[in-house]
Amino acid sequence: MNRQAQAAVLFLTGAALLHAGFTNLYLRYVKAGLQPLLLASGAVLIAAALATVWYEWRGSKGKQSDGHGDGHDQDDGHAHDHGDGHVHREPRVSWLLVLPLLALILVAPPALGSYSAMRTGTALQQPYGYNKLPATGPLDLNVVDYATRAVYDHGRHIEGRQIKITGFVALDRTGSPYLVRMALNCCAADAQPVKIALTGTIPPVLQPDKWLEVTGTYTAKQTKDPVNNGPIPYLRVMAATPVPTPKDPYDESWNN
Amino acid sequence: MAITKAAPTGADSHEPVDGLPATRPPDPNSPDPNPSDSNPSDSNPSDAKPSDSKSPLVLTMLLLLLVLLQGPIRGALSAPVMQSWMTVFVAVLVQALPFLVLGVLLSAAIAVFVPASFFARALPKRPVLAVPVAGMAGAVLPGCECASVPVAGALVRRGVTPAAALAFLLSAPAINPIVLTATAVAFPRNPEMVLARFAASLLVACVMGWLWQRLGRTDWLRLPERPHYDGQSKGAAFWGSVRHDVMHAGGFLVIGAMAAATLKAVAPASWLRTAAENPVVAILALAILAVLLSICSEADAFVAASLTQFSLTAKLAFLVVGPMIDLKLFAMQAGTFGRGFALRFAPATFALAIAGAVLTGAVLL
Repeated sequence: MNRQAQAAVLFLTGAALLHAGFTNLYLRYVKAGLQPLLLASGAVLIAAALATVWYEWRGSKGKQSDGHGDGHDQDDGHAHDHGDGHVHREPRVSWLLVLPLLALILVAPPALGSYSAMRTGTALQQPYGYNKLPATGPLDLNVVDYATRAVYDHGRHIEGRQIKITGFVALDRTGSPYLVRMALNCCAADAQPVKIALTGTIPPVLQPDKWLEVTGTYTAKQTKDPVNNGPIPYLRVMAATPVPTPKDPYDESWNN
Repeated sequence: MAITKAAPTGADSHEPVDGLPATRPPDPNSPDPNPSDSNPSDSNPSDAKPSDSKSPLVLTMLLLLLVLLQGPIRGALSAPVMQSWMTVFVAVLVQALPFLVLGVLLSAAIAVFVPASFFARALPKRPVLAVPVAGMAGAVLPGCECASVPVAGALVRRGVTPAAALAFLLSAPAINPIVLTATAVAFPRNPEMVLARFAASLLVACVMGWLWQRLGRTDWLRLPERPHYDGQSKGAAFWGSVRHDVMHAGGFLVIGAMAAATLKAVAPASWLRTAAENPVVAILALAILAVLLSICSEADAFVAASLTQFSLTAKLAFLVVGPMIDLKLFAMQAGTFGRGFALRFAPATFALAIAGAVLTGAVLL
């Protein structure tokens, strides 16, 4: 790969990072806190591309202008040739940088969904403490909140109340439905699901990966995740409405 | 919106092509074989060999072809396995690139602005003492393992004794404040885990440094040479180093990310349950898992904490092995220090890291 191509790849990679960072695209892959770093590194990559082009242009201009056969310049060029011929055989591997670029710009793969969720055990853990809940009215809980309260608090503060939870649908091998949210610490490579099994009036047609806002009530029924034996609480569903994918598809409440 | 973005950038990459003498136009139908022909040198601007001037053209053709074939490609990639693979692949890269850029900037600054004499004064003369000092110095590099590889490479080039640079390479991703804080947050009920991680990582880094000093041979360490920066201005040298490191380490990072994504998307997680039952197998299993998953050291504590069926010592092994050696790091080390080095260094690090974790676990946990 020569320098023009390198500059182009650097520029495109930087632009892709900026694009992902300025839109909500980056939230499909990494935690929200990485945004400033993403933007800064995108800017640095673009600066490196511009600097490469600039020094290249200046170098070639310099070469042309004092290329009147003075021996010094010749020597210099020779030394470079020699060094480069030995050294830079390996940047073949740099071509691989085109792959993530294409994946990010052309495909922009979606956030992890039901496929990963059903292959990984629920990551539910005993919490440090519980947030205070509003005393009256329907409760807006996230998947992790409901699951921890149902399993480790035995539903003490949520029993008998109407609960609203948003998550995506996943079906296990037998077709039983779960409401899932992936919890994220740093990037999607470490994302882990937290699952709630659904019972009650479940919509007749459920498509995996579709986001639902489920309204229901606590039930003491529990099951075990077949993957890691982790506890999965049930929720008695009363109604379910499709909702668009949230801005941040992952639950990041764990890393704060 | 992702599509509209692609069009102007594709057009941009035309520019360098137009400016160059296209002596041998490549066959537009087969862009794949071309990259391998056209690589040979990251050349000097002056020697416009035919093969060199081809690579921007190849790049343009490749991008255009892929923009045209978007539909069919998307169809092929819509299977759940492929989608999950791509998401993890992109995620590992998007997460690692900022830290790689940080490391590359630091490494370029070391190479260009810090005189070699500084390190001679800052580190003890005797390598035996320089190793622990360099290991402790790892605590100041904030970030994950992607940053430490280029920095360690720059240190060796700057005349720092390799044993000390390697101790730094191993300790920096594990003992910096960000990672230790993340560990404390992930293990709220076991604060001793933070101390154990710090002690075990530093211990292993120093032992590896001393081991290299006794047994290491300089001919194993093949740092790819650089163009000489002496004749250039500081700015040119700095950006030249940044460009070189990003292109180089970035390429290896892609290999590592592909390996990690493949593992995450394909390997079944249920075998872990069987492994957890035997304490010895459990430690080995988590150590291997750390290598295969290649998770950033800032996040690995949370993953370790979620492996609830495993003992604390096994989790410690996961946390000590992961930042020192994993698939992504192996690829990057092979690229920075040479394949012969990586093939010897990686297994030794792996074995020592497990031993260090078990030892520390026995004392502290």
